[in-house]
Amino acid sequence: MAAEGQEKMWDKEVEGHRTYEDIRIFTDEQLHNYTEEELKEFKIKHDIPMLEELEKGPWPSFVSDLKREALHRRKLGQENLQGPVECCEDLLGQLELSYIDKETHWKHGGIIGVFGYGGGVIGRYSDQQEKFPAIWAFHTLRINQPASKFYNTDYLRGLMDICEYRGSGVTNMHGSTGDTVFLGAVTEQLEPIFFDLTHDLGVDLGGSGSNLRTPSCCIGKARCEWAMIDTQDMCYEMTMYYQDELHRPAFPYKFKFKFDGCPNCCVASIARADMSYIGTWKDEIRIDQEAVRAYVAGEIPPNGGAFRDRDWGPFDIQKEVIDLCPAQCMEWDGKELKIDNKECVRCMHCIAVMPRALRPGVDTGLSILFGAKAPILEGAQMSLVGIPFMYTEKPYDNIKAIVEKVWDWWMEEGKNRERLGELIQRWGLWRFVTEILEIPPAPQMVKEPRSNPYIYWKEEEVPGGWKRDIKEFRKRHPR
Amino acid sequence: MSKGKYGYYDPEKPLENRITDIGPPHYWQFFPPIIRRNYGKWLYHEILEPGILMHVSETGEKVYTVRVGGARLMTAEHIREICDIADKYCDGYVRWTTRNCVEFITDSEEKARELKKDLESRKFPAGSYKFPVGGTGCSITNIVHTQGWIHCHTPATDASGVVKSVMDELFDYFKSMTLPAKLRVSLACCLNMCGAVHCSDIAILGYHRKPPMIDDEVISKVCEIPLVVAACPLGAIRPVTLEDGTKTVRVNEQRCMFCGNCYTMCMATPLADKEGDGIVILAGGKISNRKSGPKFSKVVVDYLPNNPPRWPEVTKTIRKIVEVYAKHARKYERLGEWAERIGWERFFELCEIPFTWHLLDDYRLAYDTYRTTTQFKYTDHVWKIAEAVGGLKK
Repeated sequence: MAAEGQEKMWDKEVEGHRTYEDIRIFTDEQLHNYTEEELKEFKIKHDIPMLEELEKGPWPSFVSDLKREALHRRKLGQENLQGPVECCEDLLGQLELSYIDKETHWKHGGIIGVFGYGGGVIGRYSDQQEKFPAIWAFHTLRINQPASKFYNTDYLRGLMDICEYRGSGVTNMHGSTGDTVFLGAVTEQLEPIFFDLTHDLGVDLGGSGSNLRTPSCCIGKARCEWAMIDTQDMCYEMTMYYQDELHRPAFPYKFKFKFDGCPNCCVASIARADMSYIGTWKDEIRIDQEAVRAYVAGEIPPNGGAFRDRDWGPFDIQKEVIDLCPAQCMEWDGKELKIDNKECVRCMHCIAVMPRALRPGVDTGLSILFGAKAPILEGAQMSLVGIPFMYTEKPYDNIKAIVEKVWDWWMEEGKNRERLGELIQRWGLWRFVTEILEIPPAPQMVKEPRSNPYIYWKEEEVPGGWKRDIKEFRKRHPR
Repeated sequence: MSKGKYGYYDPEKPLENRITDIGPPHYWQFFPPIIRRNYGKWLYHEILEPGILMHVSETGEKVYTVRVGGARLMTAEHIREICDIADKYCDGYVRWTTRNCVEFITDSEEKARELKKDLESRKFPAGSYKFPVGGTGCSITNIVHTQGWIHCHTPATDASGVVKSVMDELFDYFKSMTLPAKLRVSLACCLNMCGAVHCSDIAILGYHRKPPMIDDEVISKVCEIPLVVAACPLGAIRPVTLEDGTKTVRVNEQRCMFCGNCYTMCMATPLADKEGDGIVILAGGKISNRKSGPKFSKVVVDYLPNNPPRWPEVTKTIRKIVEVYAKHARKYERLGEWAERIGWERFFELCEIPFTWHLLDDYRLAYDTYRTTTQFKYTDHVWKIAEAVGGLKK
């Protein structure tokens, strides 16, 4: 396991690192094979009047973009491509047809993959293969993105060469789970693409189907002052450790890990992940009183300048911070800001409003929440607080122990296509907490205690058990 | 990299030299040097102007980020142009955000401003920006979305085309920071919600409105019938054997709410339809824990038609919601927080959205959404009821 020896394959700071020149497929002439004039004049082989409407307006037009890829492929010619030359043109042609028919023209399904993997590739076939032969097969490859989606251009150019040479030259940057996605490869090119990805780029496929989906994380400590866990490191370690679960579907349905450095949840773990890892702190908010006064005096724009383009009047700390605190745990006496930290719920509003004056504490750890999902099947759910706070350290053994308890249960009891959150609902949170996680229940797990008293008691909880003698009862209470 | 039909791969010996389970490349090698030096040492940030962020480190270093909108669907040619720009200004490093924007990171403010100018000068021949700069602070950033008609087999609408139309309409809000808070728009082209739009300020959701058709000829050959039956969350599908002995299923159409889960499980139950399909608009969701907790988006428009190529009904509705929100909400108030403060009845009135019976929840746990207090506001909705029951005049 793990990409041994490959950790620094693309590291420009390390001597002997791999560059684009080492792996490139196309020459400079091939990469610059058309002029702006040619692009202006270029017509694809289908009439696409409706799609051409989408070339107007300021937002980047995917139609214009697909057209230039189409021209580039034309000029490369089939002798320089393994995928069909005209696939971008046929893709636009089929989409135009969908705009007329108002229905998709992609067939359902197609079990497909690379040898030994059950996930990472999604089969896709056109139902208009005679009209659009270049996209008769147009499979998706999910490629495991680097944590926080940083790239260097050598690697990215390499990816693009292979995407263009063996695929269609069309990507999603990024897919919904976060993967780098190649759209459109014919079946026979899947194995060669996988070979080149692993050998020359040092990257693997991501997850699809009933497996661990490609974990993803926020930007974390790379460029955020609020990251309280090392989201990149956790994401990388958990991805590497669970490679088997990522590539070989053995679960009832999908399972997602997402790592957020703070309660702002930039990677939306709380809405999307079966296990949401959210950085937090347990000591006191750090205050620079001097800087607070500077905000009050209007010397620093509130909220990092996020309101810059509209006149909201002078900054009012009482109205904008103290009164908006959900815990009402702050006071401002005109000189000094006081926070009753034990009442703080760490919503981070005050910190976001005055980032130069307030910072999260230094005693940091994480909360683990469970069970978020979109509506299919049993309705949308958000993650619920399971572990309010814990410390962890690389290699995160205490977290892996929790993961495995959860998976054992879910794999044993989960129905086909039942997400973790639905199983928790079906079995009851109390059972998940006490029997599966084996932790004490806590008021932090609920918004409020139950309002119905239909409580299940277990026989062993009640003195004397449940077995009683009706004859003894009748001695006291004659019929 | 390999060339030729199979390249390095030998179909006769698929296991030879095979490498598997190596995971992603290690992230550290893709960090610009300034990011490495300041990893975990950031003190604070500031948005200098729309699209330009400054992060200040305790080492005294400052890093400048220029944020750019993108269509998510990007070609190799587009990404090569991004690489050219990253090579020229950012020593060959670039990143994508969770909302599919592109970020160019530099170490000087001057370079960042120069970069912004360069990015904004690049346009496609037909006129759209290739790299519009914005999406920071109290703005609308990129619409996270799914595939739609361009590459998916279950969609009820297109994705890229709808997003292009909506973003053209909201472009000024991407370029500026004039909103009361950030506003996140997302699109999923069917209820499967690869796009997970269920916690967005405004969500655009593709929706089917006709029950599945049953392809009796093939269903028993291509699907496990018990799985199709079990797929329905409302128990609307039952197995049947036809007179000629064909094993298939039938749908209780009154019970079907068109989720398409049966189709996801089985290709013999398609439900897409030209007139049936369209778009549902949801509003008021958020994921951040800031001030109020995360919230689900709520259905505010039950159906808008698919009208390619520009989806005028959808863009008009969304613009109206955004403008009313921008006008009425208080500073720091997210769309859902504003709607809760003024009351949803006022939201519908101000946004001039009709309240239809489809907005009364009828799914499990629906009761949680019913009003059980006399604390409500008077809007026209009330007078219509009073009139209907003969109670308008004393």
